[in-house]
Amino acid sequence: MPILPTRIDPRSETFIANRRAMIEKLDRLAALQRQALLGGGERYVERHHRRGKLLPRERIELLVDRDSPFLELSPYAAAETEYEVGASLVTGIGVISETECLILANDPTVRGGAINPYSLAKMLRAYQISIENRLPLVYLVESGGADLPRQAEIFVPGGAMFRNLTRSSGRRVPTIALVFGNSTAGGAYLPGLSDYVVMVRNRAKVFLGGPPLVKMATGEDANDEELGGAEMHASLSGLADYMALDEPDAIRLGRRIVARLAWRKLGHGPSAAPHEPRYDTGELLGIPSADMKVPFPIREVISRVVDDSEFDEFKPLYGTNLVTGWARIHGYDLGILANDQGVLFSEESQKAAQFIQLANKIDLPLLFVQNVTGYMVGRDYEQRGIIKHGSMMVNAVSNSSVPHLTLQVGGSYGAGNYGMSGRAYEPRFLFLWPNAKTAVMGPEQLAGTLSIVAREAAAAAKRPFDEEADAMRRRAVEEQIERESLAPFTSGRLFDDGIIDPRDSRIVLGIALSVVHSNEIRGAREFGVFRM
Amino acid sequence: MRKLLIANRGEIARRIQRTAREMGIATVAVFSEPDRDAPFVREADEAVALGGASPAESYLRIDAIVEAARRTGADAIHPGYGFLSENEAFAAACRDAGLTFVGPPPEVVAAMGSKLGAKRLMQRAGVPQLPSRELSDGASTAELTLMAAELGLPVVVKASAGGGGRGMRVVHSAAELREAVASARREALSAFGDDTVYLERYLEATRHIEVQIFGDAHGRVIHLYERECSIQRRHQKIIEESPSPALTPALSQTIRAAAVAAGQSIGYRNAGTVEFLLTPAGEFFFLEVNTRLQVEHPVTECVTGLDLVRLQIEVARGGALPAQDEVPPLRGHAIEARLYAEDPRRGFAPSTGVFHRFAFAPASGIRLDSGVEDDSEVSVHYDPMLAKVIAWAPTRAEAAARLANTLARAHLHGPHTIRDLLVRILRHPEFIAGAADTHFLQRHRPEILGAPLCDAAGERLHALAATLALQAARRARGGSLASIPSGWRNVPSQDQEQAFEGSWGRLDVRYRFGREGLRALVNGNALECVRVHASGEGEVDLEVNAVRHRYAVHTVGERVFVDSALGASELRELPRFAEPELELAAGSLVAPMPGVVKQIYVTVGAIVAKGDLLLVLEAMKTEAPIRAPHAGTVTEIRATVGMQVAAGAILAVIEAETASAQ
Repeated sequence: MPILPTRIDPRSETFIANRRAMIEKLDRLAALQRQALLGGGERYVERHHRRGKLLPRERIELLVDRDSPFLELSPYAAAETEYEVGASLVTGIGVISETECLILANDPTVRGGAINPYSLAKMLRAYQISIENRLPLVYLVESGGADLPRQAEIFVPGGAMFRNLTRSSGRRVPTIALVFGNSTAGGAYLPGLSDYVVMVRNRAKVFLGGPPLVKMATGEDANDEELGGAEMHASLSGLADYMALDEPDAIRLGRRIVARLAWRKLGHGPSAAPHEPRYDTGELLGIPSADMKVPFPIREVISRVVDDSEFDEFKPLYGTNLVTGWARIHGYDLGILANDQGVLFSEESQKAAQFIQLANKIDLPLLFVQNVTGYMVGRDYEQRGIIKHGSMMVNAVSNSSVPHLTLQVGGSYGAGNYGMSGRAYEPRFLFLWPNAKTAVMGPEQLAGTLSIVAREAAAAAKRPFDEEADAMRRRAVEEQIERESLAPFTSGRLFDDGIIDPRDSRIVLGIALSVVHSNEIRGAREFGVFRM
Repeated sequence: MRKLLIANRGEIARRIQRTAREMGIATVAVFSEPDRDAPFVREADEAVALGGASPAESYLRIDAIVEAARRTGADAIHPGYGFLSENEAFAAACRDAGLTFVGPPPEVVAAMGSKLGAKRLMQRAGVPQLPSRELSDGASTAELTLMAAELGLPVVVKASAGGGGRGMRVVHSAAELREAVASARREALSAFGDDTVYLERYLEATRHIEVQIFGDAHGRVIHLYERECSIQRRHQKIIEESPSPALTPALSQTIRAAAVAAGQSIGYRNAGTVEFLLTPAGEFFFLEVNTRLQVEHPVTECVTGLDLVRLQIEVARGGALPAQDEVPPLRGHAIEARLYAEDPRRGFAPSTGVFHRFAFAPASGIRLDSGVEDDSEVSVHYDPMLAKVIAWAPTRAEAAARLANTLARAHLHGPHTIRDLLVRILRHPEFIAGAADTHFLQRHRPEILGAPLCDAAGERLHALAATLALQAARRARGGSLASIPSGWRNVPSQDQEQAFEGSWGRLDVRYRFGREGLRALVNGNALECVRVHASGEGEVDLEVNAVRHRYAVHTVGERVFVDSALGASELRELPRFAEPELELAAGSLVAPMPGVVKQIYVTVGAIVAKGDLLLVLEAMKTEAPIRAPHAGTVTEIRATVGMQVAAGAILAVIEAETASAQ
């Protein structure tokens, strides 16, 4: 059996330093988590509880099966923006009545659960995960609607909230809305377009226009309950299929609805019993280099993620900067592409293109482990066709139809981000380690490139070149690029599905693999023209 | 004797089968309808259904049992104890049918069956007894009072045909006498078909001593030492032992000799027991002779090494008993505890239902005579004794400790039992000192002795163990993401929750598995240094604050049984979601559909009969009459004529008149 060996020495200075750097980043992440859990802040949380209402995570905890795992998605959405961390919305994958579901829950303690541009992006991402992976969607609704001062950024793209909901239904992915409170105006279409609707008595408020608007529009006097109460919708309008007596009752009904879906996954499922890796997953903290410029041995990562640390490497002697091979995670077969040294040459590109096609021929998911600086530049490489070969890899990644999972364990720069199934290449899931950096190139290279261009422009115009100003500009650019390439920033902008603790990689990938098997896994029959 | 029919049920039927099998004698069981799946039926070579459920319809049917013997070709009948064991008609019917009756001849049964008659015979044989007065049928209050005064209060009213404490009343004042006699008569009549009762001086705080005697057809009567059975509830023994710690060697010689003399005076044959009262002063008085194998015979077997059932069979076959000096000497000490399905905290009310598990860990020096096993059902029809647990040890103290531990660690998953009470008695200083008398359970309240052995702190640990086992079961069952760690969260916000109702109240368990292991709180208190060594559906190995215990967990529906060295708990899992019901007041009358109230025919306070027209609702151009769903009083009318009502709206409330219904 090809068991990966290990050469990690947890007592070495490098390991200890790496680990310390990673723990610092995890501490910063924990602080972000605390912010996210605070929702709209203590005052609003307390007021919400005083009204006898549950917080979004409390609702979710009651909704999912006891002791089952829950993978929260995009938990750091809106981090490093003017909005609250989490973007007034909790989304994730949980098990309800033994069925894996995509769960969304508004956080009414954050500005009444108002939707801001980040909430919208997070919601649309959740819908996408639900449709691509065929996960029943359960929406715990309580939102005051769009954040009106930012309506310009939300109103037009926000239409997708409703379009995607009914498209889910159209694609035979069940949609269930449990309405706990406000769901008015545009929000009223959320229950309107869901397959199943539960409303909480004396709490749900679902109408196109509330009492003041109705009074203004038609002069009619009507109260909230008449216009959109649960009792009215359950007995008169028929918009509610079930009236719940209180919040736990709504959750109980939601669990019954999911149980009655009698859901069957279409994927073939795991092919073996799960097997823990042979090495301590805790060591994943000390493996990635604290200094991004120092590559680290990617097989040491693979051996701490895959079942029994067993890895059948493909083309081990060719294009060695990219490791390819077959393994299992939690019993699921998959192919892995992982950057061992950051740079991709023609050989690595061709190896990747072949490997991706092989996985598509046998309908196996692919895991991309990113720590990539980009494709090689330089005269030799251009002349030997690095563009053609890089394009082959991008072509293969783009047209591959097996599920891709992407785990970013270090840098993700340049076209390497594309070739290694970055966000734009629609991997089913993309998770970052806290040390991840994402940018078109490294801050120094980018600032340096700008400086060279400026210097050449000055020379061409025969202007004197201000070295001091250039140095200042370089520093400013470097700082900006560095900050914008860090995990909290990119995760805040929904460029991924979340930052995870490296020690949880195997768990998160296990959940993701189970989820992708909810849908049929079918490899691509056609690719673009490979430029040979 | 080639085939023995056992006219009994439960543990004693199994006990007799065991010896018969050893002796190469085939066995026939007879059984009632509720016993059709009982172990004693399954284990017999043949079994004959008697039909019926009550003893009168089954185990007391002499004709049916003799017929069963004929049909199966049995040539002998063992009556066990209770039921027909001391019924002279049965012994006679067996003899008439040519069947060997394993017991005394009918004449002896008859003579001893009347307690009054037995007293007279024993008087003649010179066996000491308490003063008593026979009662004529129509004894007046004055006569009764006079008799009681002569005897000296307190007195006890006893049924002449009685046994097992039935038809027995202790009277402390003359005022109670008349009613006590009347009720003893009623009970005696219904239990034994004979309402003859008598008065006897009642001694408080005595010891119950009995001597096992045996007689053979050759005129020999021997004794097999004595037993003490002082610990009783409702005049029924629950702990028995041999030898008695109350007797000096001299006194035991005297009592044994008196018992043998009593047996000889009536030409006793087969196994019998002569019962005595012993006063603190060392006086003893004759009580009665039981002409059968006693429930508590195993303690005698343990200290003599003899098999009493074998002896019974041999004597019934005409064999000769050994001479008294050939009887094996007493060896060590044996104590028996009778395990009853009763709740000592509710006046020993019988408890019925299924024992989902009934298991005793095998241990040296422990004998279990049980009528039930896993999944046995305990019905209302018979005596609620489940099993007898007997401990033998070289010393009395060790036998008591051994028995207490065995009982405490038994897995009894079903109806209430008196196990906890038995354990506390066996560990009680008064019992250990050999000083317990028949009033032990009057001095020491059964409600307190019968409280759960597992204290509130132990039950909290049991709740955690139960939680972990339920958690393991859910994880093992959950097909989806089953291999992901239990309750895993990438953004942890709260603990998992599990609630139970236990003997000491509600238990709320909160727990979370993290990278550092398990974190758990019970009723808001964090448990320190929790380490889970193993947690499965059936067993949890848990270390809390450096002390490690193994917990056996057994779940049956919402009931969770936990056993550990801390004791036994039965916890009821509280549902995660309350099944909601519309909070309608009882008797509320709701509109079946939305409509307008057209007419109201009743006013508040009106008394209505079921089906009376109350009001008319118009909906969809049709009139719908609303009628009273049951008889009662109209306590509320919420509708008014012309009112628009929604479906489900309460129109009126009618309070059912339960008093008038009775």
